[in-house]
Amino acid sequence: MSIVEILKEKLSSLNPEISEGKGFVSVKVEKDGLKQTARILRELGFDHVKTVTAIDYPKENEFEIIYHASSFLNEELAKYIIELRTRIPRDKPEIETLTDIWSSAEFPERETFEFFGITFKGHPDLRPILLLPEVVDKKPLRKDFVVKEEGIFR
Amino acid sequence: MSTVESIPKKLPGMDVNKLGKDLYEVFIGPQHPGSGHMRIIIRVDGDVIVEADPDLGYVHRTMEKLAEGREFIKVIPLMERMAILDACNITLPYVEAVEKLLDIEPPPRAKYLRVLLCEINRIASHLYGLGIFGVFLGHSTMYMWPFGDREVFVELAEKLTGARLTHTYPVPGGVRRDLPQGFAEDAEKAIRYMEKRLEEYRKIFLDNPVIQKRLIDVGVISKNLAAQLGIVGPNLRASGIKYDVRIIEPYEVYDELDFEVPVFEEGDAFARAWIRIIEMQQSLRIIRQVLEKIPDGDPLHEKFWAKAPALYKKVFEQTKRVKLIPLYANLKVPEGRAFARGEAGRGEIVYMVESNGSTKPYRVRVVSPSFRNAIVFRYIVPGHRIADLPAIYGSIDYFPPEADR
Repeated sequence: MSIVEILKEKLSSLNPEISEGKGFVSVKVEKDGLKQTARILRELGFDHVKTVTAIDYPKENEFEIIYHASSFLNEELAKYIIELRTRIPRDKPEIETLTDIWSSAEFPERETFEFFGITFKGHPDLRPILLLPEVVDKKPLRKDFVVKEEGIFR
Repeated sequence: MSTVESIPKKLPGMDVNKLGKDLYEVFIGPQHPGSGHMRIIIRVDGDVIVEADPDLGYVHRTMEKLAEGREFIKVIPLMERMAILDACNITLPYVEAVEKLLDIEPPPRAKYLRVLLCEINRIASHLYGLGIFGVFLGHSTMYMWPFGDREVFVELAEKLTGARLTHTYPVPGGVRRDLPQGFAEDAEKAIRYMEKRLEEYRKIFLDNPVIQKRLIDVGVISKNLAAQLGIVGPNLRASGIKYDVRIIEPYEVYDELDFEVPVFEEGDAFARAWIRIIEMQQSLRIIRQVLEKIPDGDPLHEKFWAKAPALYKKVFEQTKRVKLIPLYANLKVPEGRAFARGEAGRGEIVYMVESNGSTKPYRVRVVSPSFRNAIVFRYIVPGHRIADLPAIYGSIDYFPPEADR
């Protein structure tokens, strides 16, 4: 059984969109089903996340939140990377944290919080990690923050 | 006139605040000679650390944002500035992700050349890590020796790519230079020298009773905790988890090469030091095999040659150097998203590249091994004495510019 079939079977109650991408298996769920999906993935053996990140789509007025989960302890599952993703509205950037399921999400969630201004509800220690407070306010990885680069002759 | 007053209340680089009766807050870094450009805020009860909070970001350069404003090819020299010693390992997954989007595969010779530089970089990176580790432990010979021997591999990389560090060697579709004449002989000399030296490292460093006393059973990370925290690289393998991207998802030609990935069960600082020495031995093995097996052919994909001016092919035939084809300057990458991972010197590095069909990436997400290892300080350091902190820090091989990106 391929990983896509296994996931389809295990996650059937949540009705996710599962497809194979370039280097990952994509699992798209509704915002409310994110935590439940993560829990099922954790039980399947996906024991850590590699990254937590977001992508800004200002045209659609949405953020896409992405968790890349994989496994260390199960060598068979380690071959796969599950891209667990969901969309949240841009004007209400809030989502429940997954740190209670994956401890490894702690630092990357803090990073996503400071770069996009997305609040992870229930995160044990939601502070900026890389940036200074005045830069955090500008939410630098959103598309409406434009970097002005100096040319050679200025 | 008392002499007590003339003692400065604060030591430079070290702030100490009293929190309770016996609890003090100590700021270690970011200028502390031990910690590099990173600060660890620890709370100590007497000599025992009760809480540690890693404070990163002192050398943050917003690489992910800058990448959105640059052409695909220009992201390579930007990203490799994270860890200049490990440039090929750091940028290779990005190049692979772009290749996945372009749907091209580099020719076999290019794949071998990439692996060759990756392993040269891995050795240089481990030597750097060991040198810093040595100086943390007050073992100055272990600082001088690896830093001197690192030069051998930096020069080897220079022969191959033309640059000591920041080589920008892999580009989508291939590599930028072919193997120079006489490289195999130089590499063989370097391998023989290094094999001898690694044996000497073992004698002077790992067999040293003082070093053993300071490292054994210090900073123990159990197998389950390692998986839970998601740490990577030699640190993960020292905790008994056999996870190496070169074996789990062999990229380039790692599946055609014969090498072993050392795994230790102890999970302490001593195991982490040992594992780096063994990995270097294995990297030397890989270099030798690559130079034996490397096939003839072109180091750049024919699709790119087809669009290059005739002069470029001529330059290549004469100098073995791929002049960067003008096509790269406005290379349009098809719409889509790709994910790639690779095993850098310090651990797994992952890239997610999203393109919207233009010449610049829509989003590049990179997570470096040191950033993923930083969480160790928070969960492993408490319970140890302050004197153990440099040993743990050094054994993790944490590299701030790489973590901060």
